[in-house]
Amino acid sequence: MTVFYLAGALFLLANVVVALARVLRGPTAADRMLSGELMGTTAVAVLLLLYGATGIEALLDVALVFAILAAMAVVTFVRRTWPEDPAADDEGESR
Amino acid sequence: MRAPPSPTASDPGNGDGLMHPVEITFDALLLFSMVVLAWQGVHARNMFRAVVSFIMFGLLTAVAWVRLEAPDIALAEASLGAGLTGALLLATLGRLAPERRGARRPKVVKLSTLPWLTMGLAGTTVLLAVTLTLPAPGLGEAVLAAMPAAGVDSPVTAVLLNFRAWDTLLEIGVMLLAVIALWSLGQDVLASKPRLPAPALPALVRLLFPLFVLSTFYLLWRGGHGPGGAFPAGALLAAGLVLALLAGAQVPERMRGAPLRWALGAGLFAFLVVAVGLMWAVGTFFAYPPQHASILIAIIEIAAGLSIGVMLTALFLGGEPTDIKGGGK
Amino acid sequence: MSMLAGIVLIVLGLLFFLSGTVGLLRFPDVFTRLHALSKADTLALGLVCAGLALHEDDGALQLKLLLIWLLVIVSGATCASLIARAALAHGIRPWQR
Repeated sequence: MTVFYLAGALFLLANVVVALARVLRGPTAADRMLSGELMGTTAVAVLLLLYGATGIEALLDVALVFAILAAMAVVTFVRRTWPEDPAADDEGESR
Repeated sequence: MRAPPSPTASDPGNGDGLMHPVEITFDALLLFSMVVLAWQGVHARNMFRAVVSFIMFGLLTAVAWVRLEAPDIALAEASLGAGLTGALLLATLGRLAPERRGARRPKVVKLSTLPWLTMGLAGTTVLLAVTLTLPAPGLGEAVLAAMPAAGVDSPVTAVLLNFRAWDTLLEIGVMLLAVIALWSLGQDVLASKPRLPAPALPALVRLLFPLFVLSTFYLLWRGGHGPGGAFPAGALLAAGLVLALLAGAQVPERMRGAPLRWALGAGLFAFLVVAVGLMWAVGTFFAYPPQHASILIAIIEIAAGLSIGVMLTALFLGGEPTDIKGGGK
Repeated sequence: MSMLAGIVLIVLGLLFFLSGTVGLLRFPDVFTRLHALSKADTLALGLVCAGLALHEDDGALQLKLLLIWLLVIVSGATCASLIARAALAHGIRPWQR
């Protein structure tokens, strides 16, 4: 059973590493932010599965903290970074 | 109710202390992606890409601390890394002059790479050698032996607020100094109101803010007997306050000035009152009498948690909130 | 029995995480990618939470799992709306065939 949880966590980690390609590719800042959000949700799921594997209840608290903070980055991004920042996009930048 | 970190906890199947191949693969992949993200965070040509990479790096760092069976540090990293640090960096990015926002950093001069690489490798080798020669359990045995007199059940809280309370006092002092330094640079420089309407945001904040306050106190309470404590609790409180500010809330008029300054200083004040009071009562600076340790630690923990929350929010504000009409937040 | 059901739910959840990544990488613009991402935020995490809750006896911990899921749903929905509005305001036009 432990191995099942660990394998699930490994699958999720591999999954999100592949999704990192979206950070590199962009093209807009919003696209990059999206992979950040996916990473956040995945981190919650990984912590839950690691809790299943180890039974350390504090991991649920860590997952809870991640869950309650899930909106922080995107809200700051939309309210502070992106409203007036077309430069965060890749326009004109060769990648 | 945290399960003791028994060696079998992370040791599926074979009880001989070896890690399962799945675990080794997981850790290797985690390390690999952390190195990639760290590299991106430093060297990405697009500043925004660097910030997003750094935020993701923080998320994975919390997972790494979990893998190292240090849920306390994972909690602190989660609350600071996923919340405040990202918000601070993103808000700063929005505040930079337009020509610097998407700026490509000047390329690292190739000639200088080699010496740095050599020094880095040498430093890592020395650190590795030192780590291997350290006594294996560290000071863990000594801490556990002293736990009965600590006044709390969690070894980490005992170290932070009892055995090495002096260090924590100085950390709070450094944070307060940072806020003072920031305030002395000028008044709050928050960007003007965002032009985009965001109807869902106030609803989200109204829903989440009570939960932020609730989990702040939950973590403060947990700190007595498990992973939790003043720093993660303060970081969560700050995240809640910052979220409210982002949704358009203002620092209430009657909170500005003296009340805000008292809230900022409350943690350091409580620490100093207890420390000096103990010197007067017991004769030794910061020596809790074991029968009162529990309540004294609780007082410090609550004051420090609230103070840390307000200090982190003040750092996000970027200056003392002023009384000008509608401009200060 | 609940053991097996939990495993099935978790595996389903993992597959939806995979679909989120595939969508994020393959879909043509930010709006369609948002669509893929919200599946990971709601359905995938919900399935994982439900699966773990089935493996759990302690009611308080099951409630905590439910709370985690609800929090991520609320945040995910709000963030999707915020990003979509911001993208529209930036002049990004939804992709059309």
